[in-house]
Amino acid sequence: MARAWKFGDDLDTDQILPGRYAPFMTGQDKFHAYAFHDARPEFATTVKPGDVLVGGDNFGCGSSREYAVAALKVHGIGGVVAKSFARIFFRNCINLGIPVLESADAADLVADGDDVTLDLVAGRLRTPCGAATLRPLPRFAQEILSAGGVVSYLRAHGDFPALD
Amino acid sequence: MTAKTLAEKILSRSSGRDVRAGDLAIVPVSRVMVHDSVIDAVMAGMKALGKERVWDTERVCVFVDHAAPAPTPVVADSHRVLREWVRGQRIATFYDAGEGVCHQIMVEDGFCEPGTVIVGSDSHSNSYGSVGAFGAGMGATDIAVALALGRTWLRVPESIKVQFVGQLRPGVTWKDAITKVVGEVGTDGARYACVEFHGVGSLPQGDRITLSGMSTEMGAKAGIVVDTPEAPEWLHPDADASYTRVVRVDLDALEPQVAVPPRVDQVVDVSAVAGTAVDIVFLGSCTNGRLVDMRQVVQLLRGRRIAPEVRLEVVPASRRQFEDALADGTIAALSRAGAVVGASGCGPCLGRQGGVLAGAEICLSTANRNYKGRMGSPEASIYIGSPYVAAVAALTGVIDDPRPFLEADEESFDLLVAHRRRSRPAVGAASARAGDRARELVGAVPIRTSPQVFGMEVED
Repeated sequence: MARAWKFGDDLDTDQILPGRYAPFMTGQDKFHAYAFHDARPEFATTVKPGDVLVGGDNFGCGSSREYAVAALKVHGIGGVVAKSFARIFFRNCINLGIPVLESADAADLVADGDDVTLDLVAGRLRTPCGAATLRPLPRFAQEILSAGGVVSYLRAHGDFPALD
Repeated sequence: MTAKTLAEKILSRSSGRDVRAGDLAIVPVSRVMVHDSVIDAVMAGMKALGKERVWDTERVCVFVDHAAPAPTPVVADSHRVLREWVRGQRIATFYDAGEGVCHQIMVEDGFCEPGTVIVGSDSHSNSYGSVGAFGAGMGATDIAVALALGRTWLRVPESIKVQFVGQLRPGVTWKDAITKVVGEVGTDGARYACVEFHGVGSLPQGDRITLSGMSTEMGAKAGIVVDTPEAPEWLHPDADASYTRVVRVDLDALEPQVAVPPRVDQVVDVSAVAGTAVDIVFLGSCTNGRLVDMRQVVQLLRGRRIAPEVRLEVVPASRRQFEDALADGTIAALSRAGAVVGASGCGPCLGRQGGVLAGAEICLSTANRNYKGRMGSPEASIYIGSPYVAAVAALTGVIDDPRPFLEADEESFDLLVAHRRRSRPAVGAASARAGDRARELVGAVPIRTSPQVFGMEVED
């Protein structure tokens, strides 16, 4: 079981990690402590590994800052489920090995603080109000994710996954 | 062969396969742009990949611009690391602090080859579409991979066609035009898509950067101006290419536009927010920090000083823009008006240095984002507008339509300014308040009971 952290539409990277707390402003070992510093001040101290972020449309919009995703990675976020994702945030999650899944119904089923289970094999997010359906990722992205990210994939295979 | 969009043409040519919107493609990159705030993660990414060297030292461009010159020792150390990395890698193209914003230099110094794919570590890398390149912003690991392999993967985007028709009226700018488009399309309306700008190929390069760069604010992967003078013959979308959406903008009818905090797509005619008090005006960024923008502000100020309650921060987009503005007297005019002129770079646009916002402050910015916390305190508010709107805000202390100021004769100009200054509301802006915050802070400090003896050590 994991806790769901619920967000709305258009959650931008300045909310996930404000630019003034970038690793190069605060240090590589400290920046993650400022995750959701302005938007959800309790997040960084109470989040647990495996917790799932659930959002609406255009999750992760704004800057290209990968350290927003890196902060989530340090906290051990188990996955991000949203109606839709901003493109750079989506790539950054795949590259860093955080499951990133579109779901039309998850945001409506999940309330903040719910106990949820992210079942990647079944393609479901199980919630107290029923199971949300997760849209399958392209095989190319699945292969990178299952290797734990693009760096691990390239180290193991020397090149990108083959295109279909 | 069916008709292709610009994105489909560029990515087919680059990948050597006939690709269509929705296909995945692996493409060579003609350049990789890296900037200061991600260098640690990029280096870590390359190390993790087991790659010692970048794939081509001639095709990497590195910039110190996001927090430059260094505002803190931690940033200074990161810049030092970056310089050592550039020297160690023998990277040919390096622009240090004060040279300007990466995107401005990438375009004005000719690093963006039309019709090629360029990836950059900053989200506004879409700016390279101003000269017909497929520029896309990516995160640090993607950049590390591109530096190591000289290639990247992309999903070939669907395209949105923006068709400009008619002529801009005096006092209305291309910033107003693109802000209108962002308002129409929304912050996610062009998600994963390429925005093609039609009808503006012959504009000056700087205005085209304003358009392409702002395509990022609609979620676009790229934003490409069609038929630029730099573009080769083949770089033209087919007449019957398929678009997911066509947005028509009637320039004749366009009013000056303002994006209302905290959303870039919350866009209104300036008249809807006229009279809003401001504390600080920022003129700069890759969106509006060029000579033309600085000249527009000087044109509107007409030699007057800015309002006493207001600060005006000017950050030229590049050293070239700065030096051109020095040479023609624009910088001197801005300084005489009371502006602070900062080192060329990103400036306070992303809240890291040089004029960041205090809580409750209201800023009128010519940059591109007004999210909560973007330029400093999350309690501050950021309105986005054109350089003309910025000039009026600096001059009067309120947001207003710049056109009456531009049209007025000398005498009625001063009357207009005086009227607007008098009507500045006593609430709203932090500078209109008297002592709230000071009282709050004084109240929070415990009162000393023992007398302070000078000469003794006092803790900070």
